[in-house]
Amino acid sequence: MASAATYTPIATQTLGSSASSVTFSSIPSTYTDLVLVANAGISTTGAILAVFNSDTGTNYSYTRVYGNGTAATSDRFTNQPAMDLGYFSTSLGNISITHFMNYSNTSTYKTTLTRWNTTSYTTAEVGLWRNTSAITTIVINGSFGYNLIAGSTFTLYGIAAA
Amino acid sequence: MANPTMTLIASNTVGSGGASSIDFTSIPSTYTDLIIKVSARTTRSLFYDNLTMTFNNISSGYQTLRLTDNQSSGTSSDNLTGLSYFYVGEIDGGNATSNTFSNIEIYVPNYTSNNLKSVSDDNVMENNSSQVYIGLHAHLWNYSGNPAINRITFASDSGSSFVQYSTFTLYGISNS
Repeated sequence: MASAATYTPIATQTLGSSASSVTFSSIPSTYTDLVLVANAGISTTGAILAVFNSDTGTNYSYTRVYGNGTAATSDRFTNQPAMDLGYFSTSLGNISITHFMNYSNTSTYKTTLTRWNTTSYTTAEVGLWRNTSAITTIVINGSFGYNLIAGSTFTLYGIAAA
Repeated sequence: MANPTMTLIASNTVGSGGASSIDFTSIPSTYTDLIIKVSARTTRSLFYDNLTMTFNNISSGYQTLRLTDNQSSGTSSDNLTGLSYFYVGEIDGGNATSNTFSNIEIYVPNYTSNNLKSVSDDNVMENNSSQVYIGLHAHLWNYSGNPAINRITFASDSGSSFVQYSTFTLYGISNS
């Protein structure tokens, strides 16, 4: 019988002061999926983004369905230079939970599922990175050079299917 | 290597007499995040009920922002502020299809911090009828001092009891 699938912490980072980015490098290929949990804020309200394996080519796309307290809406972005992880406010009351499916497979493009919440939005999002490489590095930063604020936490977990 | 960590803290299955509330007390502060998985139904004499959640037995400072799809009324979003509890979703009531229980997963990051407490949950109520509900919810608890969470309580806003076999399971996740 296979052991139960579970969360195994790979690395965690808590910002003691604001920073332009957070990097998870040398991600082991020994898990089936990854989960990135961010409880963070940004210096100016805006998107937080992730770049995989230093690829800043226009190889990312994502589609979102969200509620803003008034209406339910969907939008879509193609040929982007980074993966969207959320549209965060300047407080620490934002969450982003991203599942990276089959991240170490070297035959398939990589898909993500993200749930992110702020005091203004609740969102479900699907993402695609058109690259067959295993994900070994994830760099998280704010759009337009906005900083990630002090107290932000980012934890990367591995989930093994067996 | 760090140890695998999605650790069962406590589980509560409602017995034959039903339960008016579910209370997780003395939650240890040794984890980083919490996950709660719920399968529930109440005795309310309608198709649905609303599941509520409070922290630390405190009844103020709650906000719930919802994105919902209801088969009978369509897709919508609203933002509920100044609440005395979180609305963590619709669950089956007594008039829903027999033996159906709604499912909810709740994620509470950094529950021991002194920051604002933000919470995410996903909720489904499927019962092979027109009374279907899908919910994506964002919650914020903004309470004086932003205390660490040491108690989580579930109830229904109608005051109806949870029926037998409703389950509430609390897990801890550690980042080291």
